[in-house]
Amino acid sequence: MKLKWWKILGIVLVLYSIIAGLLMPVPKLNILNETIRNLYFHVTMWFSMIVLMLMSLIQSIRYLSSFDKLRDLKAESLASTGMFIATLGLTTGMVWAQFTWGAFWVNDPKLNGAAVTMLIYLAYFILRNSIENEDTRARVSAIYNILAFVIMIVFIGILPRMTDSLHPGNGGNPGFGNYDLDSNMRMVFYPAVIGWILLGSWIAQLSYRIKVLEINKENN
Amino acid sequence: MKFIITLLFSLFCSTLTMAQDVEMADVMRSNGKIYVVVAIIAILFIGLMIYLIRIDKKVQKLEE
Repeated sequence: MKLKWWKILGIVLVLYSIIAGLLMPVPKLNILNETIRNLYFHVTMWFSMIVLMLMSLIQSIRYLSSFDKLRDLKAESLASTGMFIATLGLTTGMVWAQFTWGAFWVNDPKLNGAAVTMLIYLAYFILRNSIENEDTRARVSAIYNILAFVIMIVFIGILPRMTDSLHPGNGGNPGFGNYDLDSNMRMVFYPAVIGWILLGSWIAQLSYRIKVLEINKENN
Repeated sequence: MKFIITLLFSLFCSTLTMAQDVEMADVMRSNGKIYVVVAIIAILFIGLMIYLIRIDKKVQKLEE
């Protein structure tokens, strides 16, 4: 009944990021003011979402090479947890945008890209639920998952960098990496990213284990 | 000797002025009480995590 070390590490890192993120000194910038601290909470959502989707992709590819049904279940759990985290990222981003850019939704390539990505992944779940046969469902959704991941990278990783974006690090804007993200912020930001990735994987793992329990119950 | 007397006197004076405004040295009330907010968010997060740990343990039990 022992808790795995990485789950405890995830809790400790996120707790650290909450306390240090609110109290540590941050660069004093116009418009952003104290909201620069959202970097520790909003941006980490997207980082962990991308990592969860990557893990889901890996499980899908491994499903296609082994046809092991459990891998398909893992891919689904990871993708749905990633979607949940993306929803949190989108909502927090909207609040942040309202008070720094002046509107809940602005015509920014990164925002629209994130919206497209979420619709693509919504389609993944609709596709899953629309196929009755288990093997076909697993195979088709694994292939679709590969496509969805590629589209996600294009829409939130590549396209925003090719045009002007309000997000730092894209288009003509200077990135946080250049001078805004000073060493103090890195000390909180990177642990926060790792912590949220670990927490996200934990939640995904729980939902996977519950699914396995349900299947075992049906078979008995 | 003179130095020590002045030092003691200045310390005494400073405690006097401190006693005048009632504000006590209290971490939780400094900086616009931001530490209270930090404490509350930390408690919420710890509570949620305890809940998550309990779910984990329950799933573990079901798996056995």
